[in-house]
Amino acid sequence: MNLKDITLGQFFPGNSFLHRLDPRMKLLGLTAYLVALFLAGWFVTYAIMLALLVWGCAVAHIRPKTLLGGLKPVVFLLIFTGILNMFYTPGTPLVSFWIFTITYEGILHAFFMVVRIMMLICATFLLTYTTSPLALTDALESLLSPLKKIRVPVHELAMIMSIALRFIPTLIEETDKIMCAQRARGADFDSGGLIRKAKALIPLLVPLFISALRRAEELATAMECRCYHGGQGRTRMRELRLRPSDWIFLVCMVALAVAIGLLAGRGL
Amino acid sequence: MANSILQARDLTFRYTTAEGVAPTVLDHVNLDIEAGSFVAILGHNGSGKSTFAKHLNAIVLPSGGKVYVDGMDTVDENLLLDIRRTVGMVFQNPDNQIVASVVEEDVAFAPENLGVPSAEIRRRVDEALEAVGMTEYARHAPHLLSGGQKQRVAIAGVLAMRPRCIVLDEPTAMLDPVGRREVLDTICQLNQQLGMTVVLITHHMDEAARADRLVVMDNGHVVMDGPPVQVFQHVEELRRLGLEVPDSVALLYELRRAGLDVPLDVLTPEDCARVVAQILPQ
Repeated sequence: MNLKDITLGQFFPGNSFLHRLDPRMKLLGLTAYLVALFLAGWFVTYAIMLALLVWGCAVAHIRPKTLLGGLKPVVFLLIFTGILNMFYTPGTPLVSFWIFTITYEGILHAFFMVVRIMMLICATFLLTYTTSPLALTDALESLLSPLKKIRVPVHELAMIMSIALRFIPTLIEETDKIMCAQRARGADFDSGGLIRKAKALIPLLVPLFISALRRAEELATAMECRCYHGGQGRTRMRELRLRPSDWIFLVCMVALAVAIGLLAGRGL
Repeated sequence: MANSILQARDLTFRYTTAEGVAPTVLDHVNLDIEAGSFVAILGHNGSGKSTFAKHLNAIVLPSGGKVYVDGMDTVDENLLLDIRRTVGMVFQNPDNQIVASVVEEDVAFAPENLGVPSAEIRRRVDEALEAVGMTEYARHAPHLLSGGQKQRVAIAGVLAMRPRCIVLDEPTAMLDPVGRREVLDTICQLNQQLGMTVVLITHHMDEAARADRLVVMDNGHVVMDGPPVQVFQHVEELRRLGLEVPDSVALLYELRRAGLDVPLDVLTPEDCARVVAQILPQ
């Protein structure tokens, strides 16, 4: 097991149209896209959605293979959803054996469902591939800032998120180190069933937690030394600024959702 | 002293343990640190040197006595931000000081907290990275840098506050020799070129030797105070305190004990070689 292979919210730096878009508009645009995806009902609307996704990939210079690679962890979910939809949709029976019946509608429904989930995940990945985690956190903080009025600690949440992102590689490195140290003393992480493997992880988690807590304390002191005192009166080096192209993008995405909704209403 | 930036007056610190006993970590420490000087504070583990350092920017408050930073009493909560922006603090583990996942964003952290306008932050960040020689790594991820580079980023993060004084608590303890040299050179440069007051807490003698003034602490007291050449003369006393003298001084000390007439006030290996060369014909 190599922990360094874990990628969370992977980001491919670049300078494409999608990379340069304001992260807030990207988030809102993605939301509009996902709404449209759920409104889509038949081949025409799905084709439009797929075309848009492919266009996004091409513009951002992300290879479709990379995007599809992100689907690996959900293959099981996709198969499960597909099978369930296939068997449990009532309609014209095509094949029938024992208590199972596969209907014509079932196959279509399963196909659309699987494609929908795949596109949903791919579109989300397209966002994280083209937006740095830092920009995403900033965008969330800025989009959620109206909630400050009802005392939601938006700045604190965003700070927690960005610190978590910062420490993922550090903690992964540390886990690797502790694992090596324990292996050197005869610990076995690789053999045995699932339960045995899970049990072997407990002695790993204890030192990891202790060290994470110590790190947290030191980090808090270091942040205080650098005059951190919450979000009040804080400025940013990189202010998010909306350009006309960002607005055009958002308007297009909302128009898309409306159009897809109208088309789907006509059974397309 | 008129232009001392840091002043400790009868500084005493005790903490209460779970059993209710209160060990005294600092016992009536009186110390003045002049603006623009480079002071090294030496001492073995538990001598109180780290605790003393934490008093210098109000991370720890005194149990007795006073600490003044540029005339400001560290107990005064209204002055907290002013005190912390005057005295920057760098710690041992660079990993636990870096907040952001991009170098320049991390350096920007302190001025952002201080509410500095964006354009000015940009200028300060570029300046701070330049001062520690990390400009080319501005867009890098900190976890991919070497230990010495990370520590220089941490120093830049403090410099971006434009402090008048920088306190470093064993900044090289976790670094390899190359990283130690990088960080130490950076510190010396800050002192010499920018006139920054530097307080370096360390237990490496060769690092302390580069300071203008050496303060040796033991058991919560200041036991020696003076220029390095002077302090290092007291080889036996330093050894009794659990400290080693630099190799050059140690060598000359042994020679003197063997009956040779050599001076002890020599710090660099070059000077030491010269002294040894002089006595060789005898």
